[in-house]
Amino acid sequence: MNGLFSLVPLIVILPFVGVLINAFFGRRLMPRRDGVAPGVIASIFSGAAFVIALLMFIALLGHREGAEVPFLTWINIEGAGLSLNIPWTFRVDTLSSVMMLVVTGVGTLIHIYAIGYMHGDIDEQIAKRGLQGDEALDFKRRRYSRFFTYFNLFLGSMLILVTGNNYLMMFVGWELVGLCSFLLIGFWFDDPTQEAGDASTAKGWLNSNAAKKAFVVNRVGDFGMLIAIFLIFWTFGTLEFDAVFSQAEALGPAAQVALGPLTFSLGAVVTVITLFLLLGATGKSAQIPLFVWLPDAMAGPTPVSALIHAATMVTAGIYMIARSNVLYAMAPVSATVVAIIGAATAFVAATMAVAQYDIKKVLAYSTISQLGFMIAAVGLGGYIAGIFHLATHAFFKALLFLGSGSVIHGMEHGHHAVAHGAEHGEHDHDEHSHPFDPQDMRQMGGLKDRMPVTTWVYIIGALALAGIPPLAGFWSKDEILADASGTNNLVYILLTVAAFFTAFYMARQVFMVFFGKPRTEAAAHAHESPPVMTVPLVILAVLSVIGGAMNLPIEGLHFLGEWLEESILHAHIGQFEPTTALLATALAVIGIVLGWLLYGREPSEEAERDPLMAAGPVFTFLNRRWYWDEAYAAVFVKPYNRFARFLADTIDWRFWHDFVHDSIIYEAFLAWSQILSRPIDLGMIDGAVNGIAEFIGGISQRLRRAQTGYVRNYALAVLLGAVVILGYIVVRFLM
Amino acid sequence: MLNETNFLVPTSYYVILSALLFTLGVIGVLVRRNAILVFMSIELMLNSANLAFVAFARAFTDLAGQVSVFFVITVAAAEVAIGLALIVAIFRTKHSIDIDELHEMRG
Repeated sequence: MNGLFSLVPLIVILPFVGVLINAFFGRRLMPRRDGVAPGVIASIFSGAAFVIALLMFIALLGHREGAEVPFLTWINIEGAGLSLNIPWTFRVDTLSSVMMLVVTGVGTLIHIYAIGYMHGDIDEQIAKRGLQGDEALDFKRRRYSRFFTYFNLFLGSMLILVTGNNYLMMFVGWELVGLCSFLLIGFWFDDPTQEAGDASTAKGWLNSNAAKKAFVVNRVGDFGMLIAIFLIFWTFGTLEFDAVFSQAEALGPAAQVALGPLTFSLGAVVTVITLFLLLGATGKSAQIPLFVWLPDAMAGPTPVSALIHAATMVTAGIYMIARSNVLYAMAPVSATVVAIIGAATAFVAATMAVAQYDIKKVLAYSTISQLGFMIAAVGLGGYIAGIFHLATHAFFKALLFLGSGSVIHGMEHGHHAVAHGAEHGEHDHDEHSHPFDPQDMRQMGGLKDRMPVTTWVYIIGALALAGIPPLAGFWSKDEILADASGTNNLVYILLTVAAFFTAFYMARQVFMVFFGKPRTEAAAHAHESPPVMTVPLVILAVLSVIGGAMNLPIEGLHFLGEWLEESILHAHIGQFEPTTALLATALAVIGIVLGWLLYGREPSEEAERDPLMAAGPVFTFLNRRWYWDEAYAAVFVKPYNRFARFLADTIDWRFWHDFVHDSIIYEAFLAWSQILSRPIDLGMIDGAVNGIAEFIGGISQRLRRAQTGYVRNYALAVLLGAVVILGYIVVRFLM
Repeated sequence: MLNETNFLVPTSYYVILSALLFTLGVIGVLVRRNAILVFMSIELMLNSANLAFVAFARAFTDLAGQVSVFFVITVAAAEVAIGLALIVAIFRTKHSIDIDELHEMRG
């Protein structure tokens, strides 16, 4: 066996070492407010993990079949009729290697970017709280090291997810990344910004609610994941990928399996398993019906959105389905459901993105939409296309998110510059009708002259996302569309329309943010971000341009396809279809031109006017995200709250507290103690004691008469006593 | 040597006299209220007992009875000393030696 493979545990251990260092020493390593040690440490361990991922890649070049590296015995239960043996074994194959490279590579770049970004983000919070001196330093140390602790924890968890050789390890990673997602979405759970006097509008409150929402919605998906894992174990008696898949392949869909007293065909059981797996994927990868958490997850700092909610964690569902390709191949019904859910999500989310104003929300819906593309691809059996899009999307969506972070950073600096100027009376501080929001695209505009690097990399990312050749997004999206065009027309049409909307909303965003004239003073005074932020952006931009080269649809250049065929049994290499590519590119160009016509040609100078508002109710419908949250609120949340209120008010308070406790238990106790106290205690016990006392008292009252105090009486008594005794003796003597 | 046969007066006479004297003492104690008289009655009872002792001592020719009488006389003498002292003390506080006046111990 290739010795390099045995290094794979390090890829998980290294980030966790970073976690420990930052958790215990992070604050001490940061003596000053501009210290960067926690971020540098986190980036070093992330980079070290990337080096390990590269070593795995090199090892795989020689041994494409990969290797399984046992690390620990984890769960080992042997008993009568039961044998549960789940090792902690790492699986290095071409699929997990792709995931490792993407996660650690993009992850490292985002770590480096966050070194700079989090300084600005935390300073912003310090300013909001009005902290000074040591307090500000302490706050910054805590939050800076905490952020990178979570970030490394996420990286390690994600690597557990992709390197496990069984479903349970995958599930451990699955839950850990969910935890990190929760922690990082709610990172500013104590953001004090609020509208005057109304604590319910406090941003911290909204942030922690967003974190809770992500966690709770993911629980629904995790429930499906768990049921699927239980069913897999029940059916196959193991959770290891190789064993499960080889058994499934050997048995075939017609085989009969006994689950408890019932017998099913393996095909039916696998269909159920794969549908539950899909439920898990819809939670983690934000698909219909569980996508609602992802837009709210933008409450987290921007590097979090880039790393977790765009590039890596949300692709876990696609990885999981690709990993389970053998099962999906056996269950055509599930595969079709997967494809339709993916395509529907791609379309729905793309339309929602069109009508958003928050720069990060647009990207969030875009992410949901692109995840829909990937899910649709793996549903159609285009596993290579799905993973290919996963990789390129990680590049350009991380780029876009980090670019938006750079824009937000610049806007906040501009805002501060203006606020300072206003204090000195140098500028007219124009009265906004809205409070300053550094993420609102309506308050931006004209940033291209102030933030040139950000602008150009952002445009590259947007073009890649829109699918303009020869950028990375074109090749991967086209492979998905090509896979769909021959197999499922509904999916194909939905995806093509979604691709058109994608181009349009990205054009809208780019024109609104970077072109035209600044619509606020903050935008007019924005400035470029520091190199620690722009260098990762440039690297990601380069990757977004050349990323397509890893899987060109030309004979002999299908590097990724041939690579993944080693580990994905049912992979097929995509074909290039000129008509599909031409149509998609034409639609993308039309979308961009339309965006230019509406937003670029006559750039709006007012903050409020949006040409799309002409669409009236349709715009509102899209702006409110199809009323999806409202529908969930009406169907699930409100009935649930009402039910909870019923349980609390009626069952718990009125029935349990008022009736059972107050009426039954309390009254019964009272009645019982009345019986005990009055008749029993006062009547019987006190009666007996008092009775004895009175009896003795009465006798004594009578007996005291004997004590007359007259000496002669006593003398008489003595005499009588003597007489009695003598009499007794005499009588005894005589008888 | 003492001998039953040469008694001029039979022993029973002494015993009857002793009983009479004792009865007189008892009645004196019970009916008299003057402490001095009660005291004298007690002395009478003691001496009646002494008489019985010596009578039986002669009758049984046993000197133990005579010895007992000496003890009784001794005790009586001591008793007289304490008793008279008490009576004097009572008289000083009560200005009376009527024993019925002394009933503070009544229950």
